[in-house]
Amino acid sequence: MATCKYDWPPEGHRGLIGKSVERLDGPHKSSGRAQYTYDTNPSGRLIAKLCSCPYAHAKVTSIDVSAAQKLPGVKAVLVVHPAGDEIQWAGDEVAVVAATTEEIAEDAVRLIKVEYQQLPHLVREEDLQKAQQAGRTKEGGEQTAGDPAKAFQEADLVISEGTYGVPVITHCCLESHGSVVEWPDAKSIRIWSSTQNVSGSPGQLGQGLRLKKVDIEDNNIETICNYIGGGFGSKFSPDRWGIEAAQLSKMAGGAPVRLMLDRDRELQMAGCRPSAYAKVRVAAKKDGTLTAWDSESWGTGGPGPAGHPPLPYVIQPPNHHWKHTAVLANIGEARAWRAPNHPQACLITMSALDDLACKLDMDPIELLKKNVNLAPPVLRRAYSEELVKAAELADWKKNWHPRGDKTAGHIKRGMGVSMHTWGGRGHNSTCNITIRPDGSVTAQLGSQDLGTGTRTVIAITVAETLGLPVDAVKVEIGTSKYPPSGASGGSTTVGGVSNSTRRGAVDARDELFAAVAPSLGVQPADLEAWNGKIQVKSDPSKCLAWKDACAKLGVKTIQSTGKNPGPCHLGDSGVGGVQIADVSVDTETGQVKVNHIVAAQDCGLIIDMKTAESQVYGALIMGVTYALFEQKVMDEALGVMLNPNMEFYKLATVGDFGEFTVHMMTGPGYDERGVIGLGEPPVISPGAAISNAVANAIGVRVPTLPLTPDKVLAALEKGAMA
Amino acid sequence: MRRKKDRPGKAGPEKSAFTRRDFLKGAGVTVSGGLLVGGTVASAAPPGSEAGFVGPGAVPVTLRVNGKVHKLNLEPRVTLLDALRDRLSITGSKKVCDRATCGACTMMIDRKPVYGCTVLAIEAQGHNITTIEGLASDGKLAPVMEAFVQHDAQQCGFCTPGFVMACTAYLERDQNPTMEEISKNLGGNICRCGTYWGIRHAVLEASKGMKGGAHGNV
Repeated sequence: MATCKYDWPPEGHRGLIGKSVERLDGPHKSSGRAQYTYDTNPSGRLIAKLCSCPYAHAKVTSIDVSAAQKLPGVKAVLVVHPAGDEIQWAGDEVAVVAATTEEIAEDAVRLIKVEYQQLPHLVREEDLQKAQQAGRTKEGGEQTAGDPAKAFQEADLVISEGTYGVPVITHCCLESHGSVVEWPDAKSIRIWSSTQNVSGSPGQLGQGLRLKKVDIEDNNIETICNYIGGGFGSKFSPDRWGIEAAQLSKMAGGAPVRLMLDRDRELQMAGCRPSAYAKVRVAAKKDGTLTAWDSESWGTGGPGPAGHPPLPYVIQPPNHHWKHTAVLANIGEARAWRAPNHPQACLITMSALDDLACKLDMDPIELLKKNVNLAPPVLRRAYSEELVKAAELADWKKNWHPRGDKTAGHIKRGMGVSMHTWGGRGHNSTCNITIRPDGSVTAQLGSQDLGTGTRTVIAITVAETLGLPVDAVKVEIGTSKYPPSGASGGSTTVGGVSNSTRRGAVDARDELFAAVAPSLGVQPADLEAWNGKIQVKSDPSKCLAWKDACAKLGVKTIQSTGKNPGPCHLGDSGVGGVQIADVSVDTETGQVKVNHIVAAQDCGLIIDMKTAESQVYGALIMGVTYALFEQKVMDEALGVMLNPNMEFYKLATVGDFGEFTVHMMTGPGYDERGVIGLGEPPVISPGAAISNAVANAIGVRVPTLPLTPDKVLAALEKGAMA
Repeated sequence: MRRKKDRPGKAGPEKSAFTRRDFLKGAGVTVSGGLLVGGTVASAAPPGSEAGFVGPGAVPVTLRVNGKVHKLNLEPRVTLLDALRDRLSITGSKKVCDRATCGACTMMIDRKPVYGCTVLAIEAQGHNITTIEGLASDGKLAPVMEAFVQHDAQQCGFCTPGFVMACTAYLERDQNPTMEEISKNLGGNICRCGTYWGIRHAVLEASKGMKGGAHGNV
């Protein structure tokens, strides 16, 4: 029972929470009315283009922008990298131009003369020795638990060894990175930015500009982002080019400057998901009890270190050792990509465990069940239930076979399993709730809706608390002028905004109760808000319709503020999930087809079932994409990306997968944990589940993603020779 | 595995000779044939151009968009997409790949779907251009738009207008698609958030609605 005043209503007392509610901004998006940063077109708007370095590693020896400056229509030219500066990746901008039209800006870029001294580059990291010889590596951490060296020496063990890997991929947001910036007066900036961080953006832009000796106070910067065309972890800051756009605008007398990356630049430098390769040894007793793990991993996230995959993932054998080496490569900057480092760690660990299960002659689900006690204690129950549920939904007992489809023909079918985890605790958030005497209700937060359903979640939370329908609540987000709310990353938004909104709405509701209680002849504590009415709990016939209740406020407007973190248990951290993939592989062409994926996922109390399920469906499709298609392909000799476009940087289309079954774990054991984020977790397992399914189908492991036909055929050939 | 050109359902002007700005730069543009729509050549030389050359400087261009006539002065190399978005602030069609791969700029010319990023504005003269803004009437959502909301066939929403246009054009051609046909025929549009699951179901739903509605035959 509820013991704390902000607690979520218990099951049976929820009108909206957990139901399937259509996303609030759905009609705006489907009708094309939603205005994105790229659509912002204020009068007198200039367009900026980048002059980019064609080399992966070079020093600028001279730069001459005079011809560009003279071109009619050009309003400002800014040198970003003067002579002497070193460039670390191809595509990096050495100068930017703002002109009246896109065509003139492109012409002006062609008139800029830059000379470079090329420097040695490294863009491929699969061969660690080669990177080490080139002096392009850095220690990336090492950890030991128990005594792995001794544990591997124990008698009667089954030991599996393998090398697994995931290449660098990009974010490929459909709305490219960028902004439209203007100086309405000499002291202030308005920036429409495609950002996951509305509230944090003014401070970042201000700091960046002051470093460039541009005088601006953070207070005088407004960031606006009503809609964002994809972020996935790559849009937390205004970026260098956002700062450059603000500089160009100032140079052009404050005129609005639009600087959105072209598709090639977007893929070259607006985000790399770090790669991870690993040599793994893992040991178990003959009954499948895991005893020891050892991994040496490496990967690159660009010229700087980019963290390490958390190995061994989820299931931690009592004796384990991992060591990671960062390869410093000239490929663009690493950025967080939905569940940073987890899909890589998951692929490596779950592939290794699957290979071990094969060696043990054991069903991989049985191996995971047997070792679920090696997962974090808070998740053991969820994993146990999810393994059972997913197996049931995939009809695993009937469909699974030991490794290698022995049926005749060249189409081989197989199944694979994987499990994953994520945190997802709600971020810091502030929400202002206003109830006016006419009954209108507004929630304001300096948050953003990445397409996850943030607006909808806020509206449901307010509506549930006040006993109103969803469309009675006006949700205002998307500008830094609203109360600060955290960046949308790491699955922190749904917890953050729902918790702050709940607290604010409960306080506002209680204030309304106090105002109307006398007229109903009861104490405020005797009232409840339900079904469009304020009513007496013990006698619902004594009630006031919402508008009549609000009219009792007279001329007073209720304004309350809710914060997260705050009192009462409204959210938590730590979720689990299990996925099972069913694939067909054509052993003549090497093509992999995903027939079916089952996802069993927990995330505490679900606010909106519809957008929650959409997160999982979307994650499965993103997972199919990186499992089968995606790779940032770098040319070793030239140092450039070979596929900086959407025909060769391949994303799945509507027909590239079969069926999905999504099962959200809800009810006792889950709901009382409160709200936990969901954006990251379901995208972690698909790569591993699909890779394991392919191994199960064809009898050999394709060691690295993506599982392209050439690699499948190579693995088959190697398997045949072995 | 995935090859756009092998896929049915998106015969557009990307197969025309007039597809890339770079071909056209600097030398003026020959406007002899007109616009290749749906695999057939529609005769529509821009007024005043005859079979001669226009450009490279700005030339008068008249576009009929969603039933409204707009007079512009554009360099011949300006794409239809850029003209709509940057000059007319008709921004429902999105600019994503800018080379006829992703479908975010899908619009209709004479009710046939095209990628607006690979049609020149001057080529589109004399034709009826329909963008997402022209699909809903009297402020009401079109059936496909409604189905997208109902089946949550959108997340960030940036691919959505292009998808709605492609789905609408597809359903105008085929009112009884199976799920399998939907998957095959809508491969000319790309979503990054992964909304295809909802899109498949939305299109199936919308096909039912359109059969009974103003757009289709029962």
